[in-house]
Amino acid sequence: MKTSKYIMICGSLLLLSLFVMPMWNITLKAPQYPDSIGMNIWINKIEDMNPNDIKNINLMNHYVGMAEIPEHMKEFDVFPIVIGVMSVLGIIVGFIGNKNLYLAWFIAMCILGAIGMYDFYAWEYEYGHNLNPKAAIKIPGQGYQPPLIGVKEILNFTAISKPMMGAYLLFLGMFMSLYAYFFERKLEKKEA
Amino acid sequence: MKLTNYIAHFVILFALAGSACTQSNNNGALGGSAAEKVYVAPGEQDEFYAFLSGGYSGNLTVYGLPSGRMLKEIPVFSQFPTSGYGYSEETIPMFNTSHGFIPWDDLHHPDISQTNGELDGRWIFANANNTPRIARISLETFETEEIIEVPNSAGNHSSSFITENTEYVVAGTRFSVPIPQRDMSIDEYKGNFKGAISFISVDEEHGHMDLSFQIMMPGFNYDLGHPGRGESHGWFFFTTYNTEEANTLLEVNASQNDKDFIAAINWKLAEEYIAQGKFTTMETEYAHNIYDERTHTGTSTMKKEVRVLDPTELPGLVYFLPTPKSPHGVDVDPSGEYIVGAGKLSASLTVHSFTNMMEAIETENFDGEAYGIPILNFEKITAGQVESAGLGPLHTEFDGRGNAYTTFFISSEVVKWELGSWEVIDRKPTYYSVGHLMIPGGNSRSPFGKYVVAMNKITKDRYLPTGPEMEHSAQLYDISGEKMELLLDFPTHGEPHYAAGAPASLIAPRSKKFYQLEDNEHPYAVMNESETKVVREGNSNIVHVSMSTIRSHFSPDNIEGIKVGDKVYFHITNLEQDFDVPHGVAMIGANTSELLIMPGQTKTFLWEPDKVGVWPFYCTDFCSALHQEMQGYVRVSPSSSNIELSWSLDGE
Repeated sequence: MKTSKYIMICGSLLLLSLFVMPMWNITLKAPQYPDSIGMNIWINKIEDMNPNDIKNINLMNHYVGMAEIPEHMKEFDVFPIVIGVMSVLGIIVGFIGNKNLYLAWFIAMCILGAIGMYDFYAWEYEYGHNLNPKAAIKIPGQGYQPPLIGVKEILNFTAISKPMMGAYLLFLGMFMSLYAYFFERKLEKKEA
Repeated sequence: MKLTNYIAHFVILFALAGSACTQSNNNGALGGSAAEKVYVAPGEQDEFYAFLSGGYSGNLTVYGLPSGRMLKEIPVFSQFPTSGYGYSEETIPMFNTSHGFIPWDDLHHPDISQTNGELDGRWIFANANNTPRIARISLETFETEEIIEVPNSAGNHSSSFITENTEYVVAGTRFSVPIPQRDMSIDEYKGNFKGAISFISVDEEHGHMDLSFQIMMPGFNYDLGHPGRGESHGWFFFTTYNTEEANTLLEVNASQNDKDFIAAINWKLAEEYIAQGKFTTMETEYAHNIYDERTHTGTSTMKKEVRVLDPTELPGLVYFLPTPKSPHGVDVDPSGEYIVGAGKLSASLTVHSFTNMMEAIETENFDGEAYGIPILNFEKITAGQVESAGLGPLHTEFDGRGNAYTTFFISSEVVKWELGSWEVIDRKPTYYSVGHLMIPGGNSRSPFGKYVVAMNKITKDRYLPTGPEMEHSAQLYDISGEKMELLLDFPTHGEPHYAAGAPASLIAPRSKKFYQLEDNEHPYAVMNESETKVVREGNSNIVHVSMSTIRSHFSPDNIEGIKVGDKVYFHITNLEQDFDVPHGVAMIGANTSELLIMPGQTKTFLWEPDKVGVWPFYCTDFCSALHQEMQGYVRVSPSSSNIELSWSLDGE
């Protein structure tokens, strides 16, 4: 089998790591939380970074009227299907071994990734702005939306949002498909 | 590279080395400053835990060393309104004795559990001196988990010392008394009163205590004790005074004999005698109280029997080591060879040798007997004397480097001397009149010989005056060098007698942060707010409120249908699951203390409303930004009222 096929199939398989490791992390730091509190975001769940963190984040956030972090969202149903289907498609594309299909798969992943990031942003916006009007603490103009990626000061907290191993492997898998495309194109040029 | 380059490099290297030298010299000079040695910068933590007995406070205080900062007061034998210990329904059983509920005691000698003669940091044991009891405190939760009463004992002073694998915690009686207790003339003391030495076994896994057997000794006063180590493991040593068996004006009448005894008890042999059935079972009565971390509840059981060994009938069980002048402390060095007796009316210390003692026993080198118990030949057993070391020796600890440190009450000093040569190396004054001293692990096989804490009986002018009554004072000395160096004074709480210390690294990593809510098996615990309720037992006047706390409200916070004359049990579960988020609760007019409830814990207080009205309760711990809003009401109606029980939070 030709080399680009291996690269494409391996890249597609890397997507499956999202089922066994978290994709994203949001950490909150404040003096009263010397160990920090935070959550790990998976494609199908949101999990405590350390035991009870989500409970404690909810407890803190209720003072400013933020909703609780949902135990279930529609995305948790959709994302695993999308990732599963794309991984299988990528493997099929790998077996077919057509370089244009590699590229098509990569572009499809980019579009899906962009949609995913937008969806994440939209949820964060909603989470940070949909405040209970009866909240005990109201600060006019203050939003509580965590950053999409990077660091942001939110009142007494420093919020840090960053990709985790699942996302890194996803990116690696995507770029392996792109690499497979260029690798194959270079090879074909040489042969021609 | 050119030669000049090399030379330049060397010059730079020497310059660096030179500056490093100057720097370390500077550090050396600074290192000599006492302030720097005890300064633990903000946010930094101490190197050692020190557990100081509270004496008449009945409690144990936890300090950090070298800073001398007090970290916690652990309630043990005394009611403690700060947390509700001894007031909450769950902890009232911990205070049960054969004399009923006793709200106070006098805590003297904490000792940390050991494995192979080294501190293992699992539990700390402590004695109640007045109404004899032994407590076990968990060093994961820093809570009192168990208290066992010691029957046939009075003035439980030569306690609570543990053998080197925590096989037993040993408790000796200070007063001899009629056993069993009976109505008799005090003048008939001599020959009739007895002194019970109790061996309480400790369960290896859970630490649960069981009174295994008692040795019924002659009617002396048993002052302090120390287990053997290494070769002498299996023996236990107790000082005695009042071998005169006086029953009045002891300060004169118990100070007549030139020598009293250190009693050497072969407890391994005692175990054999027990196995052979050579004991009598005696009827008695004592309480055994256990606090269960999962139910957060204490239970008390009355025990009815104890196995008794009679040393006058059982050869080899006990020998007497003659020791000058009413010895107070008896301390065994880390090797187990030397047994130091501090004759408190003497100017010198007597050190016995375990090897010599065993030879004297084998060759029956006796010097008479007392009540059938052989008295060993003084000259034969003595290894040496520390001559003219000071006045009024009391207690000795060891640094593990061949040195001993003895306190002298009358001459108010700590004296460092060398084992074997018996030469005094150094002496430092204490302020004032030191009792016990403590080196972390200093009574074990492996002392951590960096600091010694001297606990003084008299404070006088050491701090700003606070009227006639002052806290006691402790001093910290650096003992890492040849000479001791006084580093720090710090006030202590109650009256520290003995103390125990351990490296922070042994205890801190295992310290619990909070209780797991899902492990809470308290019968009235709630796991969430939807489980909260108010229930009347049938048509009785007993009402159970299962209430929860979480930042920043009680659930429920409005209760109606309570009547005058009801007995209302508030069972409060703290639903928090985070480090250091307690909630408190207090009810107006409740004849009890507040409760301080740790995350995941349930505690109960009883309220018996005696007046019609709407009565408030509130959170007593500043738990959160909206702590002040954490409050509620209970409506109390006349006893004839028909109002149904109802409860709510935010109208729901």
